[in-house]
Amino acid sequence: MERQITLIALFAALIAVLGLVPKFTLASGIPITAQGMGIMLCGTILGARRGALAVLLFLGLVALGLPLLAGGRGGLGVFAGPTVGFLIGFPIAAFVTGWITERMRGTPVFPAALIAAILGGILVLYIPGILGMTAMLDMTLAQASLSMAPFIPGDLIKAGLAAALTASLYKARPASVLSRA
Amino acid sequence: MLTLTSDIPSPYHRLRAGGKLAALCIATVALFWLDTVAGMAAGLAAVAGLYLVPGWRFFRQGLRLLTPVWFFVALVLVWHVVMGQAMAGLVIALRLIAAVALANLVTMTTRFDDLTDVVMWLLTPLRKLGLNTAPLGFAIVLVVRFIPVLLDKAHKLIEAWRARSARRVGWQIALPITLIAIDDAEHVAEALRARGGMSPPDDT
Repeated sequence: MERQITLIALFAALIAVLGLVPKFTLASGIPITAQGMGIMLCGTILGARRGALAVLLFLGLVALGLPLLAGGRGGLGVFAGPTVGFLIGFPIAAFVTGWITERMRGTPVFPAALIAAILGGILVLYIPGILGMTAMLDMTLAQASLSMAPFIPGDLIKAGLAAALTASLYKARPASVLSRA
Repeated sequence: MLTLTSDIPSPYHRLRAGGKLAALCIATVALFWLDTVAGMAAGLAAVAGLYLVPGWRFFRQGLRLLTPVWFFVALVLVWHVVMGQAMAGLVIALRLIAAVALANLVTMTTRFDDLTDVVMWLLTPLRKLGLNTAPLGFAIVLVVRFIPVLLDKAHKLIEAWRARSARRVGWQIALPITLIAIDDAEHVAEALRARGGMSPPDDT
């Protein structure tokens, strides 16, 4: 119990810290932040349930007024803003990422985590994100989906990094990768 | 720990956190019901008025918190003007600003601890059902503590890298940072268990 709670709290903190990593700009001019990678790591390392709980804990602290979202955003205002769909998608994405990682136990960690991070951390995350933008900004689905396209290369890089990190962590501390424990 | 709470005194700071949250819910729903430019403009003017009560400096601080919204406001306006629905775009843009500003107002004038208390109070029904909600309070405290510790450890590792290598700090640094963090978490868990753990005092 104590171990689960501390690891969940640790990963909530990790998402926050990754949001403070200075964003770097891709060749296409789109800035990418490391925060999305934190969501993926919650799934690939903690597994479905605990990963989603860590993300929910993180979002709860954001709602309580800590400026933990990338770029120092936070407070209740972000839940009334146009990117609320992505915030709703965060715990779902972590859950699906973790669920896929758990289901692919027979596959080596790196490919399993990579597939899970791409499906959960990108595809599943984009769906509520795009729906949220269509609702808040009165855009069409096609328009909102198109506006996400520039972010895909950066998110693929993040999925790769998350998978690599999970695989190395599994070598160093197999007991801590709860999605495989 | 840095929070978004404003240190400029306002009459709203004294209001109860739960009441402010309830009022925010009602006001936000009302904003989504209003569907005319005039209604929206009035709504936004009312929100701006609320920000002006504590004074000009508070208003400016509120404006700074709204920075991330302007990009989307511009996007909505341009999109709707291109589609020939400028009025509809204006309603959405005004609503966006008003809704976010209103929510920010609660964040700016409510202490973190007071909001945490509201959350714990909202969980009372779960406690009555026999669920242990103490771990949530524990987890909140742990995260708030872990963030500066993690940042500090990451800084130390990055400095060690810089001192030993001519190359720029690369993504490989993430693994040792994560390893240290996980080892720390395991130690904290052990220490918590050694001190009686997280179960509520009545069932030990």
